[in-house]
Amino acid sequence: MNSDNTTKHIYEWLQQVTDPEVPVLTILDLGIVRDVRVMGDEVTIVITPTYSGCPAMDVIGINIRMALLSRGFKKVHIEQQLSPAWTTDWMTEDGKRKLKEYGIAPPVRKTSDNPLALFEDDNIPCPRCNSEHTELVSRFGPTSCKSLYKCLDCKEPFEHFKCH
Amino acid sequence: MPNSKQMNQLLYTLQIADNALILGHRISEWCGHGPILEQDIALTNTALDHLGQARSLYQHAADMFNALSSDNKKTLFTSTALQNKINKGEALDEDDLAYLRDGWDFRNVLLTEQPNKDWGYTVARSFLYDAFSFYFYAALQKSKDTVLAAVAEKSLKEVTYHLRWSSEWMIRLGDGTEESKTRVQEALDSYWAYTGEMFEMTAVDKAALADGIGVDIAAIKTLWQERVNMVLEEATLILPANTWMHSGGKECRHSEHLGYILAEMQFMQRAYPDMEW
Repeated sequence: MNSDNTTKHIYEWLQQVTDPEVPVLTILDLGIVRDVRVMGDEVTIVITPTYSGCPAMDVIGINIRMALLSRGFKKVHIEQQLSPAWTTDWMTEDGKRKLKEYGIAPPVRKTSDNPLALFEDDNIPCPRCNSEHTELVSRFGPTSCKSLYKCLDCKEPFEHFKCH
Repeated sequence: MPNSKQMNQLLYTLQIADNALILGHRISEWCGHGPILEQDIALTNTALDHLGQARSLYQHAADMFNALSSDNKKTLFTSTALQNKINKGEALDEDDLAYLRDGWDFRNVLLTEQPNKDWGYTVARSFLYDAFSFYFYAALQKSKDTVLAAVAEKSLKEVTYHLRWSSEWMIRLGDGTEESKTRVQEALDSYWAYTGEMFEMTAVDKAALADGIGVDIAAIKTLWQERVNMVLEEATLILPANTWMHSGGKECRHSEHLGYILAEMQFMQRAYPDMEW
């Protein structure tokens, strides 16, 4: 197998590694895999953390290692790269669709908007009934990447994957 | 003897890391005690961001430490637990810097170690610090130290979120009930005396700035003041008039609170060295 082919296969295997907190998303959907380098029998996977303190990153590193080990790669290096900083702009369209089907409202805009605005609320449509008549409950949710909303039409609470 | 360029860069990194760790630890004390579930979660998330930032910075500091000459290694810290490790010739990592330093080797500003007291004090402390941290990280993105610049770029996005949260709470409490207004004003007046230190240029700050590593913090004070004024006005709160400021944390002289924080935070590693779970 030449190294181009190997890289292609590795990407296919990485597409099966999911985020432990949001299992519907793969790490490629999330946009956290920044590079794959193959040197002989050594593989280096460069990933970028979503949030500085995200505990899922350690688990993701282990899962990548396991996925490659099971395909015969014994020398796997996981490198963390902080810059450029991860943004939800890198999430794939397919990832956003899967999030919505899972019941989590996907990020809606580019993240470069006015960072110093106060009480600025995006209009987040309900992932269940698509109503735009929704309300922010809390800027913070069960994981760093999510906030909490409530739909005022179907009355269901839901999570929103924050624009970051 | 003045510190070498490398040693100064290390101490500068520790100063930023210690702010993140100590404030992160303080905020994490709310975990399970928040007034309502959503705000308990908000603070726990915020604490996690601070701890994550601290980890990247401590690892960077540890890497710089391990590259120093053995003579220089012996002069940087006086904490016994850390000295024991250094004298054995062992390399240090992020955990050693967090868990094996005593209070007199910590460089965080005094504001970050002040107690949570109540919701008003917690919000006021976060607001005053977040506004500083926002402009600080924005400027640090231009550091010649590429690791510091990368941590700054990443942290800025998180701090933006923290600042929005703490600014909104200042307004909610200040422009809220008579009770909330009185109490948040009291908290603001009390913690105001710890804000001056954030903008003090110590010898470490000056050398870092001269080396192109650090931030001109005196220059970001105007931006900080504008943001504070804007939010306080919106919150119908009064800008504290006192100008006398506490100082010392950045030069390792701390209030009595830091010792208690470390006693709790470092207990496991001190009682059971090198334990993992």
